Amino acid sequence: MKERLAQIREKALAQIKATDSLDKLNEVRISFLGKKGELTEVLKGMKDVAPEDRPQVGQIVNDTRAAIEEVLENAKKEISSKMRELQMKAEVIDVTLPAKKNNVGHCHPSTLALKEVKKIFMGMGYEVVEGPEVEFDYYNFEALNIPANHPAKDEQDTFYINDKIVLRTQTSSVQVREMEKGHLPIRMISPGRVFRSDEVDATHSPCFHQVEGLVIDENVTFADLKGTLALFAKELFGPDTKVKFRPHHFPFTEPSAEMDVSCFKCGGTGCRFCKGEGWIEILGCGMVHPHVFEMSGIDNDKYTGFAFGMGLERIALLKYEIDDMRLLYENDIRFLKQF
Amino acid sequence: MNTSINWIKSMVSGLENVTDQQFRDAMTLSGTKVEGFTALDKNLDKIVVGQIISVERHPDADKLVVCQVRVGENEQVQIVTGAPNIIVGSSGQKVAVVLDGGRVAGGHDGGALPADGIKIKKGKLRGVESYGMMCSIEELGSSREFYPNAPEDGIYILDEDAVVGEDAIEYLGLHDTVFEYEITNNRVDCYSVIGIAREAAATFRKPFNPPIIKQTGNLEDVNDYIQVEIEEKNLCTRYTARAVKNIKLAPSPEWMQRRLASAGIRPINNLVDITNYVMEEYGQPMHAYDLDKIADKKIIVRTATEGEEFTTLDGQVRKLDTSTLMICDGQKPVGLAGIMGGENSMITDDVKTMLFEAATFDGTNIRKTTKKIGLRTDASGKFEKGLDPENAIKAMNRACQLVEELGAGEVVGGVVDVYPNKKEKKRIVFEPDKINTLLGTNIPKQDMLEYFKYLEIEYDESKNELIIPTFRQDLLRCADIAEEVARFFGYDNIPSTLPNGATTLGKISYKQSIEEIADEIAQFCGFSQAMTYSFESPKVFDKLRISKDSDLRKTVVISNPLGEDFSIMRTLPINGMLTSLAVNYNRRNKNVKLYERATVYLPKDSADELPVEKVEFTLGFFGEGDFFTMKGVVEEFLDRVGARNKIQYNPESSISFLHPGRQANVIYDNRVIGYLGEVHPDVTESYGIGERTYIAVLHIPEICAISSFDRKYEGIAKFPAVTRDISMVVPKEMLVGSIEKVIEKCGKKMVESYRLFDIYEGNQIKEGFKSVAYTITFRANDRTLEEKDVTNIMNKILSELSKMGIELRQ
Repeated sequence: MKERLAQIREKALAQIKATDSLDKLNEVRISFLGKKGELTEVLKGMKDVAPEDRPQVGQIVNDTRAAIEEVLENAKKEISSKMRELQMKAEVIDVTLPAKKNNVGHCHPSTLALKEVKKIFMGMGYEVVEGPEVEFDYYNFEALNIPANHPAKDEQDTFYINDKIVLRTQTSSVQVREMEKGHLPIRMISPGRVFRSDEVDATHSPCFHQVEGLVIDENVTFADLKGTLALFAKELFGPDTKVKFRPHHFPFTEPSAEMDVSCFKCGGTGCRFCKGEGWIEILGCGMVHPHVFEMSGIDNDKYTGFAFGMGLERIALLKYEIDDMRLLYENDIRFLKQF
Repeated sequence: MNTSINWIKSMVSGLENVTDQQFRDAMTLSGTKVEGFTALDKNLDKIVVGQIISVERHPDADKLVVCQVRVGENEQVQIVTGAPNIIVGSSGQKVAVVLDGGRVAGGHDGGALPADGIKIKKGKLRGVESYGMMCSIEELGSSREFYPNAPEDGIYILDEDAVVGEDAIEYLGLHDTVFEYEITNNRVDCYSVIGIAREAAATFRKPFNPPIIKQTGNLEDVNDYIQVEIEEKNLCTRYTARAVKNIKLAPSPEWMQRRLASAGIRPINNLVDITNYVMEEYGQPMHAYDLDKIADKKIIVRTATEGEEFTTLDGQVRKLDTSTLMICDGQKPVGLAGIMGGENSMITDDVKTMLFEAATFDGTNIRKTTKKIGLRTDASGKFEKGLDPENAIKAMNRACQLVEELGAGEVVGGVVDVYPNKKEKKRIVFEPDKINTLLGTNIPKQDMLEYFKYLEIEYDESKNELIIPTFRQDLLRCADIAEEVARFFGYDNIPSTLPNGATTLGKISYKQSIEEIADEIAQFCGFSQAMTYSFESPKVFDKLRISKDSDLRKTVVISNPLGEDFSIMRTLPINGMLTSLAVNYNRRNKNVKLYERATVYLPKDSADELPVEKVEFTLGFFGEGDFFTMKGVVEEFLDRVGARNKIQYNPESSISFLHPGRQANVIYDNRVIGYLGEVHPDVTESYGIGERTYIAVLHIPEICAISSFDRKYEGIAKFPAVTRDISMVVPKEMLVGSIEKVIEKCGKKMVESYRLFDIYEGNQIKEGFKSVAYTITFRANDRTLEEKDVTNIMNKILSELSKMGIELRQ
């Protein structure tokens, strides 16, 4: 009996080893462990075994069965993994075939530039405020210290609707409206469309966008203006950006300045991009003019403030190296797709 | 404003070693922005004064001559030239000679100057050696305009006094640099050499030496020659006059010509040049009249009569009105004040006695007049900024001094000076602490006062007041003084800090957040953002088939447009979109999808009110897709802004520019929130788009009103759903929307969803009908639905549908 069991064991293990498919493995299992399998047959012969030997023989039968099952199980795992490998080999794809895209649309470069500017100022606690594009002369000029007959009014090449209403030439008008509301302190930017009667060419458009900023609080200084805009420039153009403030004149600020940034193409050594200057003019700024405070009824002895303004298209043209402003209003999809 | 650096340096001591670049940087940082500079001797190398000894025929060329030219004490070179003014047999002419290895600025044709000039090397011309070149004025980088005695074509012949062998560039006054300044309109005083020199002196902290004006004139009294009366004292703030007799017209000296040339002014003769020179130097325009043509020895400053005609010295007849200020003599007008003199009193070559005028006028009046008559001159450009009357007398006396120095005539003694309201110097309280607080600096008071000295701002210590010179019309209050302090302390030296006030919230408005979602969804759905102009042509209404009486034709009209095509503010966003699509179509771009957040401008009844501005979320495409593609985008957007009630589509929208059978208003809670449709074939044709084009417009203000960002979790269904399919035969013109209304009405809460899965018209269906099939999903959120629940609802739905003439399909 014992010998028989040992034989079965040998035979089973040999057959399992020789098997290379799951089906054959199953056949092997049935031929030994199935209802009519060899091991089952041996068990049927247990009745012929002397009762005192039965536990011992039983033990051997069980051991044999367990051993075969274990080997079977291992073989099954091995074969399965081999087969999966074969299958995967057969399923290799050409990953360089074209992608199935959703063809997501693109942002206009001016919007893209605005998003960047907005992100920086919102991070510094500025509210984004909008106002009317068709605006009273009062908000566009007079309240900004540009009275009737001021030469600056001619310079800005204003589109007029009538004596009192213009197409705004700057979004500073929104700042005046905010100042009038008198909720202090103010930290705001006003992005939006503005109009100047310039003929369309590579660097001019009668309709473009500005972002202007305004901070009014106690103890706001020119040093704060410098610090804020220097931080802005670094965020927008990269951490190595240097800034330079030059005195300038705007009717609604005093002192006033223009800010240049070091050329982000050559780093300030001078190149074709910055016309050899090393610097690029980017925005105008200054301390809010006392007369503007008076007009809006805010106490200039208690509060001071600074304001700044920049052309979005200018930022977009510079940042994305667009060489012709007309592209921005043609909406050729091949242009838009690049942003 | 352009000016010679040598002119500036002549008024500021100690700038000899300042380079052009240093000057530019320092001036720009102190507020006098230098736009650029051009060294006149750039690319002029090894150019000396030479004298022609002999000119002989070239053996092998008819048009060339061979010259022997002395270029130094004992130095002589042979030069071959083809210049027409160097004639065989002539000799003795002095010329500028560029020697072998030298460089000239340009070619003899006077074309654009090459960046690095032109190198001159010895060589052979038709076999004869030539060791250099004699220069034309164009080759020296200038032109006949500024060297009036240069020949039209040929070598520039120098005057006798040029010394052979010496630097010809020095002789020609070309060792100079022309600076171009951008002067801001508040700094009228800087539209003058003196003004810029004063700024330069302050910038470099060097002594400022303006011209010293000497007493001039003979023993006569000018009051015997002329009397001046100002009728319009508000418009003419000062009128000074002097007379010059025994006038000797001649060219002005070389130094004066060179300085005028640096300012871009063509030299004419000594008198004209003097007036121009003084205008540049002092910023005060002057005018000269032929005194013999002035009737009654009288000048009267008055306004014109309505419709009065006057011939200016350019020969043009100008029609004037009562706001035009005129200079008149005892009988007639002789000049348009501050703009241009009259033909009747202009100086001609046979002038004997002349009247000089240096006056100041109301800037606004001058500016308005120039606009009205369409004549702007150098003089009016200065006057319209509002000139300092105190400066006028200085300019007048300076001009007379130059007349004497140049021997241009005999100046008559005395000055006529009518100055009704003397301009007083303004006083401003000096508040150094306030200035430091505003700037965020700690500049000592003493330093501030030091800056002021250079600016000629005096300090009255007893009253603690600053006394502002009259030429600084821009200094009115403390903030203006703060800017002066900041400029000379240096903007660069002011620290950089951040505001330290209370924290504020960086935020956007509700409308802006809706617009951001519009961007997001449009882009997800494949649309790229377009931007188009806000103004357009009134012709677009016809192009879009808008009816003649439509409110859309009521527009905000620009009174001074760039042209008819840009003359009205859009009331519809469609033209911009279709134009952009057409651009793409014409450029053969395929499958173009664009969107714009376009503001439209709807006028109010009263012209004194601002129009309503409304943002229209406008989508358009041609190529792959159809009406329902666009409808999908609309629904994705409405879902994202939280508008989750049932959206209705009403095909009776009657939008003229859309296909009559393929358009709908988008309706939400009974409000029209937008529309969509296929563009009318007539319209696509007139825009030149050769494909079916689809448009959707959603009104952002309406979207803001219906949007909601409240989100509540409703749970995930726990009980199983039951589905039923129904297949119907429906009258062809019936909208499936009306079937859906029935399903919703009868199903109430039990109907979880329904989906149209088939729609068919054709052979198997009887004429005038279509087959429509829906899957309806029923579910309750509190129990498993039983058969009878569903059957009940289905029966109700079916009975309602049959009332509408819909049959169940067997």
